[in-house]
Amino acid sequence: MTSATATDANPAGTGEVMTADGVPLRISLARARRRSRNRALLLVAPLFLFVLITFFIPILSMLFRSVENQIVGETLPHTVEALQQWDESGGDLPPEEVYAALVEDLRIANETKTAGKVGRRMNYEKSGFASLFRTTARRIKRIEAPYKETLIKAKKDWGELETWQVLKRESDAYTLSYYLAAVDFSYTPTGEVLKLPDDRSLYVGLFWRTIWMSLLITVLCLILAYPISYLLSTLPVKTSNLLMILVLLPFWTSLLVRTSAWIALLQKEGVINDLLVWVGLIGDEHRLTMIHNATGTIVAMTHVLLPFMVLPLYSVMKTIPPSYMRAARSLGATPFMAFVRVYMPNTVPGIGAGALLVFIISIGYYITPALVGGQSGTLISNFIAYHLSISLNWGLAAALGTILLVLVLALYILYDKIVGIDNMKMG
Amino acid sequence: MKTLFKKTLIATAVSVGVVGTASAKDLVIVSWGGAYTASQQNAYHEPYMASNPDIKIINDDSGNDAVAKLRAMAEADNWSWHLVDMVASDAILSCDEGLIDEVDHDAILAAAPDGTPATEDFGNLIVSPCFIPQIVYSTTFGYRTDLVKAAPTSIADVFDLEKIPGKRSLEKKAINNLEWALLADGVAPDQVYDLLGTDEGVAQAFAKLDTIKDQVIWWEKGAQTPQLLADGEVVMGSTYNGRLFSVIEEEKQPIAMMWDWQVFDLDGWVIPKGAPDKDEVLKYVKFATDTQRLADQAKFISYGPARASSAPLVGKHATLGIEMGPHMPTNPENARNTLVYNYEFWADNVDDLNERFTAWLNQ
Repeated sequence: MTSATATDANPAGTGEVMTADGVPLRISLARARRRSRNRALLLVAPLFLFVLITFFIPILSMLFRSVENQIVGETLPHTVEALQQWDESGGDLPPEEVYAALVEDLRIANETKTAGKVGRRMNYEKSGFASLFRTTARRIKRIEAPYKETLIKAKKDWGELETWQVLKRESDAYTLSYYLAAVDFSYTPTGEVLKLPDDRSLYVGLFWRTIWMSLLITVLCLILAYPISYLLSTLPVKTSNLLMILVLLPFWTSLLVRTSAWIALLQKEGVINDLLVWVGLIGDEHRLTMIHNATGTIVAMTHVLLPFMVLPLYSVMKTIPPSYMRAARSLGATPFMAFVRVYMPNTVPGIGAGALLVFIISIGYYITPALVGGQSGTLISNFIAYHLSISLNWGLAAALGTILLVLVLALYILYDKIVGIDNMKMG
Repeated sequence: MKTLFKKTLIATAVSVGVVGTASAKDLVIVSWGGAYTASQQNAYHEPYMASNPDIKIINDDSGNDAVAKLRAMAEADNWSWHLVDMVASDAILSCDEGLIDEVDHDAILAAAPDGTPATEDFGNLIVSPCFIPQIVYSTTFGYRTDLVKAAPTSIADVFDLEKIPGKRSLEKKAINNLEWALLADGVAPDQVYDLLGTDEGVAQAFAKLDTIKDQVIWWEKGAQTPQLLADGEVVMGSTYNGRLFSVIEEEKQPIAMMWDWQVFDLDGWVIPKGAPDKDEVLKYVKFATDTQRLADQAKFISYGPARASSAPLVGKHATLGIEMGPHMPTNPENARNTLVYNYEFWADNVDDLNERFTAWLNQ
């Protein structure tokens, strides 16, 4: 705006271009831009609010829950304070003051009915705390000074060093013990971190299983979907529309129905085994076990997720002009060469989109593995559900969920580095 | 115009009337669904609604994750349930967490017809101050009479692949399986829980389970074992005795019961802490847990009534017309060897042992 002509055009001679109503053009333009930006923001505001309320806040609260441990400090404030003075590695039980503080706290907890709650929380750290707190609180009226002696007499666990070490360790408002449990580690009573023995490790193996089974399902989907999509995109519209309905029909059918259908097909006395026995390929005693194991999960999930691969592939293939292949052939490429060097590179955006969709859906999949997975075919999400609704250890469920979220994000970044996220086409 | 006005007026009056009847009190009662809710519907809900026309009982089948949902209700302080049916261990847990009300059993429950107060009539089945017992059920075994080489007679036969080859179904959790493994291994019944409290005892139980591990299908829902038995996928399996009753007597499948070391457990009512209309809830509970009502429920499902005074009133099945007595888990013939679910032990050890059990399954 500082060019000679612009300056000349300004009667005031301040070097600014003015609009008709005397406002400098620069400001007027900025205003108009701001107005349209605000209007655009207003348009996306509902979506933004929706995502904030239904997505970010729950995720944040999940993150919080996986480390939150305020219950101990809230229920036993005096005990926690008194324990600060006690040296847990000394090998001696805490002094009388700590016991007196515990009795004081439990008197209140018994009135407010919160003793059982803290007992449940501590029971995740050491079995026995649940009944220890419940019964001590119930008998608290009969506990008299000297408190140390009567408490130990009432419940001998109060006379064990480990009980107090664990209690002191978990007295902070935040804890890492859920995350440790989620990666098969645990604290010793004094707070050192130890790996669980192999026969008690569970979750790391499950995370690996979830990842490799999701990868396998993605690859299987790709192998199955590629020729289908190719066929769909090359057939005349009338036939391809009909075939498309065959792809979409299962997509519109209830997930439970499709999964149950696989149970009927694959089970020991099921259709496939009956057929194989009837043909004589296998003996009646050697019926194949194809369901309630990893095979069942892989077969059923591949089927359920197939449309998510077919649709992006199809939409990308549809846009590849047949003349590319003809050109390659006319320049001397063999049909195979033309396919690999010309056609396939053009479908990469579809492969990327389909693979990412299938992989991310399957890594968090829950219903199908629960129904047909048996023991070797259940995934980490089944354990998250288990801790949410059966064992009620929400802290551990939140920790497992957070790790899964981090894993997915890491794999996404990896994908972006290798394939490039811009290189993706959903349709 | 006048007729239109009139019609509108009538329509408004009618709809106000409809709203008026809908605002009759709803009681949302949470239970387990299936045959169990049906037995409650027949024995408690229908007669109660017949004598209290302003009450409408709505069944909610969320029994499986009731505690998780109660916790969510407590966190949001938004209570939509009036009454919940729970197994005793869940009731103890919810009571610990302050999700449900403690009750004075003698004050809110009817006395037995002979005047015995409720606490005596229910006896030691009141395992938590929040828990109002309803039925005694058991987890026990059923087997296919046509597919087993020899009929199983003891818990040891479940672990004996030579006497009875073939798949068996067991519940996918530590509870009951660990006890049965130790009993089958020859541990004295009164030492089972002492032993399970030690690492050696747990190792011994898993070692015994190891012997049949590859022949087990693990179930999670009570309906699975009856289905697996009916399909011939397993030759024997554990489940709740009422499920086996219906597959044997109602569906006439070639299945028989093996009662040895059945595990007794309890099911009953609890009142959510923030439940609305508590007066109405208490009125209903008093009715639904009286001696006659508990005995009536046994006409529809083979679970034993929790009141001592109901036992003599148990009669014939409502539609099949067979005597229910011999099908009750508490029948002396069936109850020769029984284990009572140890609530204290499992409240302390359920997390740890289930985690070990799952790790063992995944090895």
